[in-house]
Amino acid sequence: MDTAPAPPEGTSGRESLSAVQASSEFGELRKAHRSFAFPLTVGFVAWYLMYVLLSNYAGGLMGTKLVGNINVALVLGLAQFATTFLIAWWYSRHAAAELDPRAEAIKTRLEGDA
Amino acid sequence: MTTFQLAASGSGEHRVLTISLFVAFVLATLAITVWAGRQSKGTEDFYAAGRQFSGFQNGLAISGDYMSAASFLGIAGAIALYGYDGFLYSIGFLVAWLVALLLVAEPLRNSGRFTMGDVLAYRMRQRPVRTAAGTSTIVVSIFYLLAQMAGAGALVTLLLGITGEVGNILVVILVGVVMILYVSIGGMKGTTWVQMVKAVLLIAGTLLITVLVMLKFGFNVSELLGAAAENSGKGSAFLEPGLKYGVTAMSKLDFISLGVALVLGTAGLPHILIRFYTVPTAKAARKSVNWAIGIIGGFYLMTIALGFGAAALIKPDTIIESNPAGNTAAPLLAQEIGGGAGSAGGAVLLAVISAVAFATILAVVAGLTLASSSSFAHDLYVNVIRKGQATEKEEVAAARWATVGIGAVAIALGVFARGLNVAGLVALAFAVAASANLPTILYSLFWKRFTTQGALWSIYGGLFSSVILVLFSPVVSGAPTSMFPSVDFHWFPLNNPGLISIPLGFLLGWLGSVVGKEEPDTEKYAELEVRSLTGAGSA
Repeated sequence: MDTAPAPPEGTSGRESLSAVQASSEFGELRKAHRSFAFPLTVGFVAWYLMYVLLSNYAGGLMGTKLVGNINVALVLGLAQFATTFLIAWWYSRHAAAELDPRAEAIKTRLEGDA
Repeated sequence: MTTFQLAASGSGEHRVLTISLFVAFVLATLAITVWAGRQSKGTEDFYAAGRQFSGFQNGLAISGDYMSAASFLGIAGAIALYGYDGFLYSIGFLVAWLVALLLVAEPLRNSGRFTMGDVLAYRMRQRPVRTAAGTSTIVVSIFYLLAQMAGAGALVTLLLGITGEVGNILVVILVGVVMILYVSIGGMKGTTWVQMVKAVLLIAGTLLITVLVMLKFGFNVSELLGAAAENSGKGSAFLEPGLKYGVTAMSKLDFISLGVALVLGTAGLPHILIRFYTVPTAKAARKSVNWAIGIIGGFYLMTIALGFGAAALIKPDTIIESNPAGNTAAPLLAQEIGGGAGSAGGAVLLAVISAVAFATILAVVAGLTLASSSSFAHDLYVNVIRKGQATEKEEVAAARWATVGIGAVAIALGVFARGLNVAGLVALAFAVAASANLPTILYSLFWKRFTTQGALWSIYGGLFSSVILVLFSPVVSGAPTSMFPSVDFHWFPLNNPGLISIPLGFLLGWLGSVVGKEEPDTEKYAELEVRSLTGAGSA
């Protein structure tokens, strides 16, 4: 098992990959990805849907003028831009710190076995 | 002012200039294509450009691939006509990138080779799933192509002042032929360079118009909005949600449907997904999405200036007369901001922006054609018809021939689509992608009990439901803005099917997996999961 490399195609390395998948090291990597990406996805989709629903059913609120002709609708729209940039930056930081080192370690070990 | 007068008032000078600029772009990009084609050898080069692009280069190319005529012409037009409601497109198109960044780009890069079908079929029985993936890739791309061709048609009408069929058809054929040359000669490498060049041109052109518009309003956004509201004749309602979608309870549902399709569609668009294969690693794929989010976000912010600028400076009647769906608002704005119809400045800016719009359309149709011909050759021809027994040479040849075939289809479709708002059309492509592709991509990557039956139910269920709902929607018949306004066979009330078909796609994927006797291939899933998260053994 420990001599099987990760094959580019084909089936010879499957057992070893099943073992890797079951390892605690890989479990941590999976958890580090899912526990960050899944809730965040739910969060930004909900935040976006809230904006869509407010546009539909809260016309009065959205039309409230804040400064000059700039109303709540425009500010919330621009806030969607801001949160998108922010989340992209946040995920990349998380990935560099928590995902890349773990992924690299597993990959090196797997390919090093070849 | 009619379109004819509008074009004629430029006394033809802008036409000469537009055509010269456009020809210069085409010649330069064809030269790049030929150069790229000489370096391309096997499938790895043709489909994935040898995986040699950097994160930044690919981010730029993704932007070039994504900021289509829909973004440039369609959103500007939608804002110019409907004010705030047009702005939803910009937001949905941007937020959607987070789905790609967080869930799809990196695992896809790690586990596939050339097409979306590579990932969908990874754990499944190859032939049926690849057939389904290839079919949906081609359908989504054709919807998208239709939108781009509609944009090309609208531009022609504006530029040449001809509303007749002949000029339109000629230009659509020209666009089609150039695109076939790009893709069949240059493959992914040539197409990528064309998209990078186009992204730079589009950003530069948009920035120029934005700065000129803002200059006119002393860089005061509030003043710009005020002028737009006043000139639109609708007052402050123009700046609030609801002008287009807030009319009835049904149109409000349509708005939600559109919103959902936009945010979930991007990560299921085959021509975007295959771009992730052009970089060497998952990390580079992440970097390219980050660049794309920055570039695309900046661009969509500028669509505010473009759309509201057009609304502020051009009479709404003029916009509608030029193109009922508003697709020519951006070039009209360029002409106006340059000094108005008949002025030299107006002619030059109109020419520049029109040439940029043509370049935009060309680059995007090239990306779409590449995605569909890749999928045809790699998924359908090699893995289904030839059962994996074709040589690389045969595979690339098949892809080149597929390019010609799909180009011909695009040309034929382009003739029909002129009066439709291109942003609305693209939203349909997003809905089909989100219904047919996204559920299977996510289930494949993250759900271990997903089966072949689930994949097939999800892809075909999402695909057929969305396409059928569109077919019987007001987009196709029964409304003055329909593709066939003189007949009425619509029974589905919404323009965008996403609200029904996307949940259906997800539901069927789950249902198909749990009701069958089929056991999920857990070993294959282990392989996919380890590979997708670590990159071990990636192509």
